[in-house]
Parts: sequence; C-alpha cells; structure tokens
Amino acid sequence: MNTPKERIGVYICHCGTNISAVVDVEDVAQWAANKLEHKGVVIARDHKFMCSSLGQELVENDIKELGLTRVVVAACSPHLHEKTFRTACERAGLNPYLCELVSIREQVSWVHSDKVVATQKSKAIVSSGVERLIYHEALEQLSVPINPATLVVGGGIAGIQATLELADAGSPVYLVEREPSIGGHMAQFDKTFPTLDCSACILTPKMVDVGIHPNITLLTWAEVEQVNGYVGNFDVTVRQKARKVITDLCTGCGICIEKCPKNVLDDIYEVGMNYRKAVYTPFPQAVPNYPVMDLDNCIYFDTGKCKACEKFCPTNAIDFEQEDEMLKFQVGNIILATGFDLFDARKMSNYGYGRLENVFNSLEFERMCNASGPTEGEIVLRDGVTTPKAVGIIHCVGSRDKSHNAYCSSICCMQSLKFAHLVEERTGAHVYNFYIDIRTPGKGYDEFYNRIVEEGTHFVRGKVAEVTNAARQPDEKKKLIIQVEDTLIGKQRRIPVDMVILSAGLEPRHDAKEVAKLFGISCSADGWYIEKHPKLDPVATMTDGVYIAGCVQGPKDIPASIAQGAAAAARVQGKIQQGEMLMEPIRASIIEEQCSGCRICNDLCPYNAILYHDATMTSEINAALCQGCGTCIAACPAGAVIGTSYSNEQVLAQIEGLLMDVSV
Amino acid sequence: MSKYLYYPGCSMEGSGKAYHNSLMPVCEKIGLELQEIDDWNCCGATEYLGINKIPAYALIGRNLALAEAQSNGAQDIVAPCSACYLNLTKIDSYMAKKNGVDELINDALSAGGLSYEPGQLGIHHLLDLIVYEIGLDTVKEKVVRPLTGLRVAPYIGCMAPRYDYAKRWSDSEHPLELDWLLGALGAEVVDYPLKTHCCGGHMPQIGPDTAYELIHRLVDYAEEVKTDIMVAVCPMCQMNIDAYQNETNQHLGTKHKMPIVFFTQLMGLAFGMRERDLGFGSELVSAKEAIQKIGSEVPKKKRKKKDKFALPMPHPLGNGILKNGTNGKELILPTEGRARGGRA
Amino acid sequence: MSHLAPQTEKNFKLMEQVAQKTGSDSKLETCIQCGTCGGSCPSAMDMEHTPRKLFALLRAGEREEVLSSNTPWVCVSCYFCAVRCPQEIKIPDVMYTLKSMAVAEGAYRDSTASDFSRTFVSMVENYGRSYELGLATRHYLRHFPLRLPSMAPMGIGLLSKKRLNLKPKKIQGIKQLNAILDRAKELEAA
Repeated sequence: MNTPKERIGVYICHCGTNISAVVDVEDVAQWAANKLEHKGVVIARDHKFMCSSLGQELVENDIKELGLTRVVVAACSPHLHEKTFRTACERAGLNPYLCELVSIREQVSWVHSDKVVATQKSKAIVSSGVERLIYHEALEQLSVPINPATLVVGGGIAGIQATLELADAGSPVYLVEREPSIGGHMAQFDKTFPTLDCSACILTPKMVDVGIHPNITLLTWAEVEQVNGYVGNFDVTVRQKARKVITDLCTGCGICIEKCPKNVLDDIYEVGMNYRKAVYTPFPQAVPNYPVMDLDNCIYFDTGKCKACEKFCPTNAIDFEQEDEMLKFQVGNIILATGFDLFDARKMSNYGYGRLENVFNSLEFERMCNASGPTEGEIVLRDGVTTPKAVGIIHCVGSRDKSHNAYCSSICCMQSLKFAHLVEERTGAHVYNFYIDIRTPGKGYDEFYNRIVEEGTHFVRGKVAEVTNAARQPDEKKKLIIQVEDTLIGKQRRIPVDMVILSAGLEPRHDAKEVAKLFGISCSADGWYIEKHPKLDPVATMTDGVYIAGCVQGPKDIPASIAQGAAAAARVQGKIQQGEMLMEPIRASIIEEQCSGCRICNDLCPYNAILYHDATMTSEINAALCQGCGTCIAACPAGAVIGTSYSNEQVLAQIEGLLMDVSV
Repeated sequence: MSKYLYYPGCSMEGSGKAYHNSLMPVCEKIGLELQEIDDWNCCGATEYLGINKIPAYALIGRNLALAEAQSNGAQDIVAPCSACYLNLTKIDSYMAKKNGVDELINDALSAGGLSYEPGQLGIHHLLDLIVYEIGLDTVKEKVVRPLTGLRVAPYIGCMAPRYDYAKRWSDSEHPLELDWLLGALGAEVVDYPLKTHCCGGHMPQIGPDTAYELIHRLVDYAEEVKTDIMVAVCPMCQMNIDAYQNETNQHLGTKHKMPIVFFTQLMGLAFGMRERDLGFGSELVSAKEAIQKIGSEVPKKKRKKKDKFALPMPHPLGNGILKNGTNGKELILPTEGRARGGRA
Repeated sequence: MSHLAPQTEKNFKLMEQVAQKTGSDSKLETCIQCGTCGGSCPSAMDMEHTPRKLFALLRAGEREEVLSSNTPWVCVSCYFCAVRCPQEIKIPDVMYTLKSMAVAEGAYRDSTASDFSRTFVSMVENYGRSYELGLATRHYLRHFPLRLPSMAPMGIGLLSKKRLNLKPKKIQGIKQLNAILDRAKELEAA
C-alpha cells in the first residue's frame, strides 16, 4: 500500500447534544482514525463544541504539532461555521481552502432519529469529505472594488429611511419608486399608533429630505427592468415611464390638474374612495411635486382630442411625445423595500365587503380619517353624510386563517385599537372590537390597549362569523348585524351596528415572486422574502449584496420598518466603507490548449464573465466576474473548463467516499 | 345531446315529485340526456353518518361504483338533490385523497362484488351542470315566455355550495349561479342574503322548534324584500319551507304565505311548457297567485340621482362576468373607468 | 356540572380519540377556540354547548358532558362552520363522530334525534331507499304523538298531492347492499 501523501486531521463536533443525541460521535471519530488511516488520517477527535475557542485551538495545535496538511470538520452546515474553521487553519499557517466542513447536523442528526443509521451516515459523510479534500488546492481570495452607490427599490417608509441613512453617510443612492410619489402606505394614514402622531407630520419632512438631498437620485414613476452582475458591481436598468411632463420645466403649480376634465377613480392612493384627474399627483405633499399622466384614462390618448393640460400649462411643460426611457447605472448594493398589499376582503364573502355598502376595509377607513381624504377626516357611512352610532371593528380578516393567510399580520390589533379610538373621539359612537387574541407586544402598545379599554370600547372575544343585513328583530332593521360567538360567555350574539371596519391583513405584493426572481432572491411559501437568518441576519438575503427592509420581509409596523431600513443601510454602508471586498476563490477557468473556441459558454454565462479572443480563437474567464456557478463547466463539449473546488476528481472522489462500506 | 348518469335520490319519488316531473322535460329541451343509474340506493342523507361512519361511506360508495360500471359513454353523474350531491362528492373526494378511506370503502364494496376508483367521473348538481356545461346562452335561446314581473328569491340552500368538494361554485356562501339562471329566464331576482342559509334539514322531525325558527327566518326575510315566490334547488329545502310553513305559522303566530317551487319548474314555464306538466299544484302553499304575475308590467326603477357626497363602493366580486374555461371559481372584474389596479 | 371530570388517561385522550375516529385529517386538535363555528351555527340557540365549547370540553377530557350534550344532535349539517373555520377543521364530521360515539355508549339523554337516525337507517337497510311516510309515522307516533293532530293536515295534503308514497320501494340489489354494509360494519368495529 502506498503511503498517503497528505496528513489529515478529522474533528467531530457534538454540538452540545444537537448532534450527539442522535449520532455516536465517539464511534465516528474512532472509526475515522482506524478506517481512514490509509487515506492519510493521522488524528481523529471529537469535541463538545468545535466552534468554541477550545475546539479551534485543538485544530490549530494539531496543525502545528502533528504537521497536518488537510483538515476535515464534521459539524453544522458550512453556512454557519465554514469561515470559523478556515480562519483557524489560517492562524496555524495552513491555507484556509485546505479545510473542509461537512454537515452532520442539518444533514444527519436533525433529520434522522435512528441512532445506528445516523451514525453510519455520519461516517459516510466524513469519508466523502476526506476523499474530496485530498484533491483540494491552496487558493487565494480575490479582492474586487465595491461601487459606493446603492439602489433602493420602494419609496415607502422603510425605503425612505434606508435611502436617507446612506445619503447622510455620504454615499450616492438611487431610489426607485413605481408610483408618482414616494411615501408608500404611511402617506395614506392619518394617525399612527401608539402615540397617535399625525402620520403626514412625521413622514413629510423625510420625504422632503429625500427630494432635495444632493446624494439621492430620486426616480419615481419608474421600475427596475433588469439587474446583472454581482455584489459590489451590479448593472441596473430602470424604466423611467413617460410622465408626459418635462420635469425641468414643470413648476408643480397644478394648473394642468385643475384643467383636466377627466375624473378617474383612484384605486391606489385613495383605495377607490375618491377621484383624481388623468394628469395628477397622488396627494398634495407628493415628492416629487410634478404630475404624471395616466395614459389609460387620458382623453387625448383615447380620442385624439382635448390637450387641456397643454393649453393651460404656463411653462409649456406638457409633452405628449415623451416616451419611456431606459436608464442604466451601476451600484454596489441593493436594498429591496417594496412593501405589502392589503388582503382582498372580498374573498371572505361572509363579511360582505363589496356587497354591503357600509363595510369598509382598513385602508378605506384610514383614508376616511385623513384630513386630505374623501371626507376630509369625517367618519361617515358610505352615503357620505350620516355619522354612525355604532361601529364594529373586526380583527384578523384574512390573517390567522388557513383558507387565506395562516400567519398573524402583526399590525392589525394595534391598528384596530387605533380605529376604536378615532371612532370614539370623532363620532362618540359605540365601538366594538371583535378579536381572537389581542396581541400588543411593542413598547407602549399594551398601555395603548389599556387606554382604549378605559375609553369604553366594547371588546368581544370571538372571530366574527358573518356580517349581514338580514334583520331578525325590529332593532336590527336597516343595520348591519355582526353575528359572533362571544366565546367568554359561550353564546352566540347578534350585534347591530351602522358601520363595519375590516382589519384586513397584509400580503406580499401581487408581483413579489417576479421581483424576487429579478433580484435573484427567494420567497417563503407565503410569498415574503427570505432573510439570510431569521434572528442573526434579518435584513440580508442569501444573495450577496441584496438586502431587504420593511414589510417585504414580513408584516411589520412603522417602527419596525424604520429599524429595518436603517439596519439594511448600516449593513450596506459597512460594505462601502471596506472599499473592496474579498471574493471566494471558487471560480472557473479555461484550459486554453483544450478550448476549441466554440463560444457555447460565452452566451450561457449569467454574469457575462467569459470573453472571446479573436487572436487565439479561444475563450477566457474574467476571474473577477465569475461567481463559480458551474454552468460553463457543464456546457463545455471539450471539457476545457475546470472549476476550483468542484473538479471532476473532487466530485467523483466525494461520491466514492459516500459509497464506502461503513458498516464494517 | 350530452348524456349524463342520473342519480335521482329518494325524495324525487315522493315529496320532490314536482322537481322530477319538471326537470325531465326541461333537460330534454336544453339537450341533456339523463340515464338513471340502475338500482341506485339511498345516499343515507345526514342520518347514516351519525350512526356508523364506514357503512355510511360504503352506502354512498355503492352508488358511485354502480355509476362507474354503468357509465358506458355517459359523461359524469348529475344529482338534482343537494344532500345527495354533497354525499356523492364528499365520498369521492375523501376516497381520492388515498389516505386509507378508499381502501376501506373498496374492501366493503368487494363484499358485494363492486369497486370504485375515485375521480373517474365528475359529479354535478343539476344547477351547476345547467349553468356551466349547458350555459346560460342556451337557456336564454329557449325562453319563449320570459318571467317578467315575477320577483323571485334565489334560495340555493346549504348543501349544494357547501362544502364545495367538487369546486363547482362561484362562492360557498354567496354563490350567484341561481341568480344568473333566474335572471336569464327574465325574472326579477331579489337580493336575498339568506340564499345559502339552512332550511332546518332534518330538524322538523327531531327538534321542531329549531326548524320553525329557521323556516321563519328564511320566509320572513323573503317577504321583507317583497318576494313573490322562492326558488329551491333541493327537495329538502322545498319540503321544509312548503310543507312546514303552516305549522311554523301556528307555532310562532306568524302569517307567512310564501310559495316555493323548484328552479326547473320556472325554467319550464319560461320555455312555454304547461303548468300541470311541470308539477305545479303539488305545493302546499299555492304558487298560483305568484305565477299570475308573470308578464305584468315592471314599474321602472327611478334612477336615483347620484348623491354628490356618496363614497364609491369597492368593485364587487362575482358580478356575473365569468372567465372562460373556469368552473366559475375565477371571476374577472370590470376594469373600465378604473385606474390602473396595482392592488387588484 | 360542578365537578371536574377525573383527570385520567382515558379522559385526556378523548380529543385524540374523537379526531382519529373522524379521520386522519379532521384537524380537530388544532382548534384555536376562536368561536367561528359557534358564531356561524344557525341552531346555536338550541345547543347546550356551542361547538367551540364542546371542543374545549373534549380537550379537558369531560367525556360524559361531551357525549351527553345535545350539540351534535342539533347540528343541521349546513357546513357554515366547515367553510369558515380558520383551522379548516371538519366540524360536521366531528359532529357525526360524536353522535355515533354517543349512540354506541348510550350516553345521550334525549333519544328523539338518535331514534330518528336509527329508524332511517333501518329503512335503508331493509329497502335500500328511504320511505318518507313510514319514517314519519313511526317517528312521530313514538316521539311527538301530541303533534300528530296538528301535522295531520300536512300529511293529508302531501298524500293528496301524491307527494307521499304509500308503499316503500325496495331495490333489487338489497342483498348485495347488505353484504356491503355488513362488511363495512366489520371494518368499523376493527
């Protein structure tokens, strides 16, 4: 038998009892020492916590004292601690890429219960790691410069916060918003819980800051079309939709809006509660202040006649010929803050939304409370004049309901309490809150709940069964009757009210999946974007350089959205501060002599990293652009492309290791 | 002609005779050929399930097995009774889950030399078959005597749209299929929010007080909205509201006098058929007076001047516009005059 | 019910037992006590316990109180609870299970409803079809003899309108049907 050429150390982690409860770790270590000796294993140990400083020292000492040339650690997923052990090796003078971390926690102990089988599988995994490791090469990391500009997508409060933090830190920011103005949902509200601050009063200063900040390029009425590249160097293409208004000439005087003869029901900002014009700004404090033209509803684009806006514009800022424009720029990092959609309450036909006129959803009610809304802040029935004498607020509409959204939308309890307060304060009506559980876990939130209780709101514990206009008793006539089991007394009640407000839940944007694809990140089954780690890394994603903030990650209220916006900005600013970043040296290269110059790989590369040299009639891979995805390696008909860490020898050896008979 | 396997159910031979007598000529008229399942048995209604589960399932299974064996070119099964329809679809859907129920039922069926493979035949209620397979356009073509002037309350009951195992209805609580059909016949369809509320089911037999209350609620609201006649799609609904209305009056001191007939009877009238060929006259609360209103002048609705303060309503869901190729689950919304719908 | 049910193993397992008997996907254990069922039920006013309360009693192991409750017998199988339940619990199926358990254990107090079901079932087993007149007369004579006079006009009405058959119809395959039902009963007992 040949003497093995490498000296390998194998380390098996107990991970407390995470691994050792299911896997016999001592047995695995002993087995590796005996059965893998011919592969070069000179030492195999187990330790309660390999990631602890003691565990790391164990590896470092063995490298120094036993002259190890390769290290295998069998522990958790490489996502968690690969870096830890590579760094430990580096400290002891070993190239970090000669260390291999194999997972016997996520892939073994957490998914198996049979101890014998789990132990055998662990051995096979250790064996595969050792086999593969033999072919590892010492690699050097590559450093690439980071473009200091950032793209923020979505101009709601989370996106605004992220943008301002970065801009104030001196970094250039592109803020892209698909509506004519930034502000998002917060701009639609009147008051914010639990302090009841005026939403516009605290939001508009931030919006104005965004509008005038020298470091911010604000692109509203615009959508991201394409994203290429990688962390540090993204190429972004944005479609600037034609406003049909020349912004350089427009003074925001509003005469065009005043003169436009076409009224359009505003489904976005006014949630169908009020009309706007075909040329419009969504609300008076809009940023930017110049209007856009809604081509689907403009009379001129329909009939070829009108042009009232053009006739009356004092600065000749209307341009019917203006077309969409494609803007291209580069950024180093991206923050997605595209927010949420409201649950469509028509899906719960038992609540009568869309059928019974005095059933409102939460955003409709927000608009009604807003001084610039359809009723100028007066709380009235759908007839626009009658003040309600009794109002029912229904929690959990479309949330915590497996027929719709199984999750808790987290904001609805506080929102419903706020509604109760506003109704009571402005109308003196009796208010009923129908809830399953009251969830008020924020700072000052439970105090707010107590305040509402003290104000005399009636609380009925029970999920409302139906809202009906079918009266049974004389006192129910011409009312909406809320039928519910009052679960605290175990009886069915029918409560007549004049108005019902549905606290509809939050949903991912209707196009969340396509947007996720555009930016190369993933959605959960519910459709929310998945963070890198739910506790330790809530604003990063699995895609380097792409961050998320606000409701795009899951339902949350304003304070939490702002915290996430700021957190994402801090993460990005940290990257920018580094100036350059080290890239994993896992990438492909082409063996020039074997390349036939067929150029198949050139078009397949998703990162545009492959260049063709006319002179030599061969292709070459730009190491800085290559992300090591392996597409070209699989596609090359001549087998001329090789990938570091994933060579044929390595993969075949890994398979061979896995297939080793571990039962003896 | 499209051929369907017909599962009449026990009521069709007794209390629901008018249903049977009217649906036969009506189905022929619209091109539905019904082939009765030979030697079918009772579906067990809601009674057998409360005594023994597996035998109750097997009882329904025998009908499905007979239908499968006799299908021979026929498409799908149609049941006019909502309770039968519910039981057939329920057991078919439970068996299709392949979680053991199918094996149990087939084990029992094998004792009678039968077997059933779920999901092979579609199962329809007569109403969904007419609305979705025959289509309202065909129905409209056959109308020679529109039901103008007749104010009808579309009473669909519970067991057709709930639990919608076969996914055939526009909604489980406010389905509009019967509204559309009656509208196609020219009738004036009232907004009847109780359209899928309960008629009392078997309660007249076992807890009459409960039944009287439920019957009263349905009839009282129908009267409130000035209904001439209620329209049923299920023999049990019709029986309870018709036959027990007098008792309900005696018990609660009310004076209800609300006729209720089957939708197929009204289809027949609109198609120009004779009342006595459609089972009219067998109802205990006479429909005679109501029927005489057909053809009467409808007072024109005064167009309300739109109140300048009124707030717009949200788009209604299910306003009658159906997407092609769906079974009515997906309803499209009107877009005219609306702004770009970012949150549709 | 001032005394709590003994906290025995048998009682603790009550909910599990009912769920299992109802079917593998009854989801009964996932009840969050929201009361949608009790709010939806058209006959809740006549129930001793709302369905939600009944499920809480099941969870607490109150075997006797659950099985003697009139709740499942007042259920009209309208499926409002089933389509609205946020946990997608098959509530009508649970009610059927509770009925059959109550019948098997003789736990119910008022036998009107269960007798009706049993009469119905025996008709079906004898003829293969239900037989409205026989069912009604047998049932009313036993349980509502005083109601018969007020019912008479209706009965006569239905008879004169030929809406009641005087004789039951028997299916041809009645032996086959009974063979199937017998086997099913064996399977149920297993």
